[in-house]
Amino acid sequence: MRFWLIQSLNGLALGGLLFLLSSGFSLIFGLMRVANLSHGAYFMLGAYVGLSVLNAGYGFWAAVAAGALSIAVLGAIIERLLLRRLSGRTFSQVLVTLGIAFIIADSSLLIWSGDPMPLPVPRALMGAVPVFGVFFPKYRLAVVGISIVTAVALWALLERTRLGAMIRAGVDDMDMARALGIPVPRLFTAVFCLGSALAGMGGVLGGPILSVYPGLDMDMLPLALIVLILGGPRSVVGAFAASFFVGFVYTFGQALFPQLAYVILFLPMVAALVIRPSGLFGAQTA
Amino acid sequence: MRRAPLIVACVALLLVPAFSPSDFYVNVGTQILIAAIFALSLNLLVGYGGLISLGHAAYLGVSAYLTIWLVTRAGLSHLPAAIAAVALTTAMSAVFGLLSLRATGLGFLMITLALGQILWGLAYRWVSVTGGDNGLSGLRRPHPFGIDFSSPRAFYFLAAAVFACAFVLIAVLVRSTFGAGLQGVRDQPRRMQALGWHVWLVRLLAFVAAGFWGSVAGVLYAYYNQFVSPHVLALTSSAEVLLMVIAGGAGTLLGPVVGAVVVVMLKNVVSAYVTRWVMLLGLVFVAIMVFMPEGLVPGLDRLRRRRLAAGER
Repeated sequence: MRFWLIQSLNGLALGGLLFLLSSGFSLIFGLMRVANLSHGAYFMLGAYVGLSVLNAGYGFWAAVAAGALSIAVLGAIIERLLLRRLSGRTFSQVLVTLGIAFIIADSSLLIWSGDPMPLPVPRALMGAVPVFGVFFPKYRLAVVGISIVTAVALWALLERTRLGAMIRAGVDDMDMARALGIPVPRLFTAVFCLGSALAGMGGVLGGPILSVYPGLDMDMLPLALIVLILGGPRSVVGAFAASFFVGFVYTFGQALFPQLAYVILFLPMVAALVIRPSGLFGAQTA
Repeated sequence: MRRAPLIVACVALLLVPAFSPSDFYVNVGTQILIAAIFALSLNLLVGYGGLISLGHAAYLGVSAYLTIWLVTRAGLSHLPAAIAAVALTTAMSAVFGLLSLRATGLGFLMITLALGQILWGLAYRWVSVTGGDNGLSGLRRPHPFGIDFSSPRAFYFLAAAVFACAFVLIAVLVRSTFGAGLQGVRDQPRRMQALGWHVWLVRLLAFVAAGFWGSVAGVLYAYYNQFVSPHVLALTSSAEVLLMVIAGGAGTLLGPVVGAVVVVMLKNVVSAYVTRWVMLLGLVFVAIMVFMPEGLVPGLDRLRRRRLAAGER
């Protein structure tokens, strides 16, 4: 019982991190039809930036802000300078993001060396609180809380604001949105920035739980892909549910069958692919 | 006249060991041949099928793991092990094809990427079978009929023979009715369907053919390196072979071969001076996509044609 409870709570914490990573990934994919393969690298780079800010003597929340902001700026630069030049050439865009992922990974190795480094837990969130009779780290509960707040904020942004209405219009029918005078290019930059910022923030928040190490990027990217495959590209709710589902499956897989955790992750994806009769993402990618 | 370059290429292929001052260049030649078979296999999907896979390292990697595992752990002799490795890997490619072809386009790319990463994770974590990060080693090259394949030159000729077979058979496949159908499905899936082609089946068969030739390259890879580690299944490996296909020219017969020459040479030359191969790989990817997305062979062909046209004027 204790085991299941603790692992469930761990699954929740990982699910929260996954949501921060993959909500941006899904949003970018949904609007721009770009599978941003550097998203895992953004997550890792965010964590490294956060680490450097912490080492420079600033506080944890400053590190989170720095991680989010720096990756948002990086995302904006990449979107403006590279992806825009290739607009309409989907595969060139995807492969450029893959190239950028390699460049970021190798640069990080050069700058921060190859040792895994945990980020310290902020002082206010040290220690554990009792949850249903077991002691559970406060920090992980805080991560779950932050991801829920983020999900609600994203949902409100998309469903309740003018900007969100424009983004939804762009996702549904880009040409019509353009014809109605929605500034689609600016919207692209905004969404890419937002998605990048979420990944960078997720990286710093994940630091105390996952540590940051070379290869973190390629550990996270498939998780984001699976969340997108399970949750679909159109909804915050889908990404949210899929993130927690994958978080649970991965946590229990790792606890019960440590050698085969990755394969267990792959089962729900296979099931989703087999069950959905029209294939992935409906007619959009046909 | 059209056959002249082919004959020149064959002669050059045979002369590499004779003119090479040391085994180093013979080994680079072998690496190029193996990479070229691998790139040719992916080109069936990417170039002729229009299906961009980012998980092609799966077939080379699994086949290499199987070969070494079957010989060193299960005690099979070389030929049955190689045949079993190719057969099992090809069967796996059929399953992966069934899953990946639930989507086309970006969905296909993401599923192949996810499947490839899962295999990488399996090789890395399933320590009791795969040896984890240490990989598997201990494979020795065979000595059939008194030929000692442990010499770099003998192994070069083996790789060259397999490469020649692969090149000819893939060329025949591409020019067959099936190849025409595959290219038709790439360009006009709906029209092909209306003409009575089974679009999905054509794609699946191409996927399996690509898996088959990828696993053949995997057997050669296993015997060339006599060692395999999770690195071979990493996304960088899938990206490298995709770069060979795209840089050389997807959908041309020679493109992947040229791409293999360029990428392997670059990798060998660069790693002699700097250790930042992954960064260079990334930079080359970005540069090719931005400046020469069609690849070297079609790009140079276009330049040559333009010059010919200018000469006639």
